[in-house]
Amino acid sequence: MQSLHETENVFIKNGIVGVERMDIIVCVKHVPDTAEAEVTIDPSGRDIKKEGLPFDINEWDNYAIEEALLLKEKHGGKVTVITVGPEEYNETLRKCLAKGADEAIRLYDESFKGSDGYTTAKILCSAIKNMKFDLILTGAMAGDDGYAQVGVTLAEMLGVPHASLVKKVEVKDGWVKVNRELEGGLEEVAEVKLPAVLTIQTGINEPRYVSIAGIRRAAKKEIKVLGLAELGLSKEEVGEPGSPTRLERLFIPEVTKKVEVLTGDPSEVASKLANVLKEKGVL
Amino acid sequence: MVEVLVLAEHRKGELRDITFEMLTGARKICDKIGADLTVALLGFNVKEFAKELADYAKQVLIVEDERIKEFNSEAYQKILAKIIGERKPLLVMVGHTAIGMDLAPSLAASLNIPLTTDCIGLDFKDGKLYAIRQIYSGKVNAEITFKDAETYMVTIRSGAFQPEKPEPSMGGGIINVPSPLTDEDFAVKKFVEYVEEAKGEIDISAADIVVSVGRGIKDAKNIPLVEEFAKAVGGVLACSRPIVDKGWLPKDRQVGISGKTVKPKLYIAVGISGAFQHLAGIKGSGVIIAVNKDPKAPIFRVADYGIVDDLFKVIPVLKDKILELKGK
Repeated sequence: MQSLHETENVFIKNGIVGVERMDIIVCVKHVPDTAEAEVTIDPSGRDIKKEGLPFDINEWDNYAIEEALLLKEKHGGKVTVITVGPEEYNETLRKCLAKGADEAIRLYDESFKGSDGYTTAKILCSAIKNMKFDLILTGAMAGDDGYAQVGVTLAEMLGVPHASLVKKVEVKDGWVKVNRELEGGLEEVAEVKLPAVLTIQTGINEPRYVSIAGIRRAAKKEIKVLGLAELGLSKEEVGEPGSPTRLERLFIPEVTKKVEVLTGDPSEVASKLANVLKEKGVL
Repeated sequence: MVEVLVLAEHRKGELRDITFEMLTGARKICDKIGADLTVALLGFNVKEFAKELADYAKQVLIVEDERIKEFNSEAYQKILAKIIGERKPLLVMVGHTAIGMDLAPSLAASLNIPLTTDCIGLDFKDGKLYAIRQIYSGKVNAEITFKDAETYMVTIRSGAFQPEKPEPSMGGGIINVPSPLTDEDFAVKKFVEYVEEAKGEIDISAADIVVSVGRGIKDAKNIPLVEEFAKAVGGVLACSRPIVDKGWLPKDRQVGISGKTVKPKLYIAVGISGAFQHLAGIKGSGVIIAVNKDPKAPIFRVADYGIVDDLFKVIPVLKDKILELKGK
């Protein structure tokens, strides 16, 4: 893996000869948006009802693809998006292609269902280990299950270094200088040798919108689909059988504190609240 | 002896709260299953921390090396892999923090240890480990089980356990463990420096009244609506993470784990659903009022008073009502 970056690629952009052409892989996920939806548990007790929920690219991944495109625009190179999931996930891949990604790959087999974070990383690794890359970007976490586990696990499996929660990226001389978001408004500057995996935190950039021309261009592009056999995996290694952890059941959290809901039209509600504030002496 | 191993977290000369929270959670598990509680402390010139931690654990393993004055996941991974390999603890607990998120997934993968992350509860029942974690931004809880293994690893959410000092002190022994590190361990990842956010004119963490705006505001051009309301109640304007991510307000206005912790007498959340990262930053508030059109929004689980309605309808009326009240 180390040898990949030792042969520096030369690119020419706007008449300037550059030497840091980058191959970037972005791992993305297609997730339901539950921010404004009522979440109910399905009869299996191990998943939520997803019918009718809007799906989109995971918010963190949207920042990751943007960062990859910015790096490509600066350094030259190629951006490949990759996902693990069924056909619906093409929608998110197409969105990334429309934004400017060059290639899209979807890894899927029915037996992948129930894969935990570790096993999802293993599936990604089985495809990526055969690909050329300088940098892999993933979202720092996913908005649905929020494990924040896949990117850093993938780095370990590929035998490359990583940095998580990245808020700034600067590539120079075979290294990437990053700002990592810590707690309490603090950031850490770290340097990581390429090739590397970075997990991207929200707010790092301003994700672009998809243009009509981009959508047309993306529609013509092929999405490569790789299954179990092509990835050299067996059914025992993936899904629930291959996962070290298992989601046993879901339940709606108990409400421990009872909120007093103020009801009525806006003017009634405003009067009630004004009275509360007055009584509590907080105004 | 069965062992539960907790990784102590520290930064800039201070042990972080998560350390004591984990030790409290770990102690309860140890009491239940009859395990020893061990804490691993990695750093440089951290003997004072070891003394403090000895009150909370049966033993403190201390690894000192000048090169890990600051956290480095590669170096931590090497040290902990060695410790875990030798001691074979039943459970390893790491914070679900900027340190833990950078460390636990690769450490667990390197040792083939089953890992689950961001846990808010843990239990052993009939010898089996159960972890509880939140998904779908706190709307649903999930119970996670593990394949049988010699060692399990979990990362723990900040605030999941309330820190309690054991009475009497556990009087743990301090064990010096030689550092296995070489310069080679820093060949691919280097700590450079810390950067503090730029300080603004207003310190939201010192305010008595804080009015926070969230994603529900929909557009930057609507922020003045909440800003004027904040002025009317005599408070400062703050916000949740998405508002800063979009560049609508500066970072020093952000309430939450990666931003500021606030403890005002009155906290009003406008159009904020209440992601855990945000809720953790308002725990110490006096009266919490939430305005959100989604009655299932997690913010209503911590609020004292709730208004389930469109903020664009409620806020202007509320502002007028408060100005009227103040005028009297």
